Amino acid sequence: MGVEVAVRGLTKSFGGHPVWSDLTLTLPAGEISVLLGPSGTGKSVFLKTLVGLLRPDRGSVVIEGRDLPKLSERELYEVRKLFGVLFQDGALFGSMTIYDNVAFPLREHTRRSESEIRAVVTEKLEMVGLVGAEHKLPGEISGGMRKRAGLARALVLDPQIILFDEPDSGLDPVRTAYLNQLIVDLNQRTGATFLIVTHDINTARTVPDNIGLIYHGHLAMFGPREMLLSSTEPVVRQFLNAQRIGPIGMAEEKDAEELAAEAQAGVELPPLPPIPLQLPPSDGRPRRAERPPGQWCRENGVTPPPGSFEGRWAPEPSEVVR
Amino acid sequence: MSAPVSAVRHTGEFFAFCLDTLRGLGRRPVQVREFVQQAWFISSVSILPAALVSIPFGAVIALQLGSLVRQLGAQSFTGAASVLAVVREAGPIVTALIIAGAGGSAICADLGARKIREELDAMQVLGIDPIHRLVVPRVLASMLVAVLLNGLVSVVGVTGGYAFNVVLQGGTPGAYLASFQALGQLPDLLVGEVKALLFGAAAALVASHQGMTAKGGPKGVGDAVNRSVVITFMLLFALNFVVTAVYFQVVPQKGS
Ligand SMILES: Nc1ncnc2c1ncn2[C@@H]1O[C@H](COP(=O)(O)OP(=O)(O)O)[C@@H](O)[C@H]1O
Ligand SMILES: [Mg+2]
Repeated sequence: MGVEVAVRGLTKSFGGHPVWSDLTLTLPAGEISVLLGPSGTGKSVFLKTLVGLLRPDRGSVVIEGRDLPKLSERELYEVRKLFGVLFQDGALFGSMTIYDNVAFPLREHTRRSESEIRAVVTEKLEMVGLVGAEHKLPGEISGGMRKRAGLARALVLDPQIILFDEPDSGLDPVRTAYLNQLIVDLNQRTGATFLIVTHDINTARTVPDNIGLIYHGHLAMFGPREMLLSSTEPVVRQFLNAQRIGPIGMAEEKDAEELAAEAQAGVELPPLPPIPLQLPPSDGRPRRAERPPGQWCRENGVTPPPGSFEGRWAPEPSEVVR
Repeated sequence: MSAPVSAVRHTGEFFAFCLDTLRGLGRRPVQVREFVQQAWFISSVSILPAALVSIPFGAVIALQLGSLVRQLGAQSFTGAASVLAVVREAGPIVTALIIAGAGGSAICADLGARKIREELDAMQVLGIDPIHRLVVPRVLASMLVAVLLNGLVSVVGVTGGYAFNVVLQGGTPGAYLASFQALGQLPDLLVGEVKALLFGAAAALVASHQGMTAKGGPKGVGDAVNRSVVITFMLLFALNFVVTAVYFQVVPQKGS
């Protein structure tokens, strides 16, 4: 039913160049979290460190009382069974059909009969809307389909923690919307802990319970969605609202001079846009981790930007009456 | 990082990789399917070039030895010299070239492509060790094919040399065979096969290691294949020298 992931002081470098340092955050059990960051800030490296594919220089990743960086290869393979990972392009096995790809973990790790396997695989393929493409090879289907097939494969062992590496990159807005809905529905259905790495602002604003932002080798902020969306911290504000004004420049960061010039010119920061409602599951029933809109703001005495939480997700009262 | 340091580190990593593979050798379940597929695949890319290379190779050796032996006045030993040269040296070397060039490069390109498509990461996350699942069967397949290929190359090379000597250089069949009887012995064939076995293992190990550490997109795979072929060639020729030197120390030679 979802497992907490506690990351403490995690630091990773390649050949002496730090990718990020001192990342500390907790992915709450059963909640959806999003990790944002400009390209090349090491988001994929973070995911791979979480599942023990890369060893950090320092720090700990604690899952069910086990500290991953300290485990042996053999123990790591055990812990990894808790994880389902959707890699950036699906990472399907190119020589196997979609069906065999999805069946692969079952054939490797369980003693189920082929007919039982067929039932599970068909269920997962239905879930991601890929029925009919079972016998195609990964090279013969579109990028969006590969991602969904990768997702079906990641789900097949009923993982407790599901990691997504840029599920929305390379997808058109409509497919992205479908995929986001699928993620929310999956969370409702499985109650697993979700972490989505993305740089799609719309996904980050509407899907998760928590948002984190990696910037310039550090975790700029991690916390409830409403906390970050109402934050006036310059980096967070600039990134989450996709603005040009702020400390992030075209190439990683603006230098002090540019910032000073910006400040001198008295450039007005545009007002924070309203906080949208969270994307609800498609059957209308709440997720376990869901909290009422505006709760965090109320509890912490933060006034959300005007117009917040007035959205289209919830049916209008008049419609309900009808 | 300076070049020597990184060279030492890469060598260390390679040996660690070989140890992991050795450990994977004992793990169940044995990947029979993958082994058969790979053995079939490696033979399909290497048999034809091996046969085509070994005919001229056998002929060149016969030609060289034919004139050298005549200059020395030892025509009666032409057969022995050319058969031994083919079986002990030329066979394993041709096998090495083909295994590294055709089999190794294909293994490296395949694993490299899987690496950059994150297939190997996905496999590890799904709880499967790629070394056990992919590398071990490839190494075993490559060893098997190398041994078979070495047999093939020896047969084709010896036949080619014989035909060349008897038909074109006017040697007598009887003398050719008799001289071989006088100087050749079973260990000559065995050392050839042992070499082939080692070359097959080394070529597959280097290719797999390079492929699995490829990085930086499609270009990275190309670089890895390139490096893998160069490293394998150097390694195989060095190995060949070591095995030959040991062989002459350990096995007493006939007629000496
Ligand atoms: N295996 C690796 N070896 C060396 N450098 C790497 C490796 N993986 C990633 N990097 C480097 O780490 C940085 C972060 O990469 P990545 O995590 O892919 O960024 P993101 O996913 O945020 O776009 C990049 O500069 C990349 O070159
Ligand atoms: Mg990435």
